Amino acid sequence: MIIARILGTVVSTQKDERLQGKKLLIVKPINLDGTDQSGYLVAVDTVGAGFHEKVIVVGGSSARLAEGNKDCPVDSAIIGVIDSFEVNSES
Amino acid sequence: MQIARVIGNVVSTVKNESLHGRKFLIVQTLDADLKPKGKPMIALDAVGAGVGELVFWCRGKEASFPFKRDSTPTDCTIVGIIDSDAHVFNNGK
Repeated sequence: MIIARILGTVVSTQKDERLQGKKLLIVKPINLDGTDQSGYLVAVDTVGAGFHEKVIVVGGSSARLAEGNKDCPVDSAIIGVIDSFEVNSES
Repeated sequence: MQIARVIGNVVSTVKNESLHGRKFLIVQTLDADLKPKGKPMIALDAVGAGVGELVFWCRGKEASFPFKRDSTPTDCTIVGIIDSDAHVFNNGK
C-alpha cells in the first residue's frame, strides 16, 4: 500500500457496468516527507475521501477485495483516509 | 516475501469497513545486507510488530490471507517478526 494525495476527479459515463456508482479519483503517490512522486493513479474511492486529503491506496488484485469492490474491474482503490503518520528515521 | 524494518505508523480513522481494528505500519524494505532498498510502503500488521523491529512482509493477494481472505484489501502485510539483526544469515557475503 502507498500513501497518496488526491489530485482530482474523473467523470465517466460510459464504463463497465460494475463500475456504475463508483467514485473515481486521480491520486498522486507521495513520499514520507510530503513531496510528490512521479506519475499518478486513477483509484476507486471506498471511503468518501475529499480533495487534498492524504489517503492509503491499495493496488493489484487486493483492490478488488475492498468492501464495495467485489468482482469489479479495479486494480487501485482508496481504502483509508490518513489522519497522521509518524516516521522514526533512526530505526 | 521481503525483509523490512518498521520505521513508523499511520493513523487512519476513516477506512474501509473490513480494516476496522487493524494496524497500519510504515516499512522500509531491506536487501540481504539489511541496507534500505526502494521506497517505504504501508503494511497491514498481522503479528503485532512495532516500530524499530525487523520483520518480513508478504505482497500481492496473499497478503490478505492472514485475515478474512476474501474481504481484506491489503497488498502488503507483515507476517513475521525476525528475532534480531543477528538472526539474518547471508552466506553470500
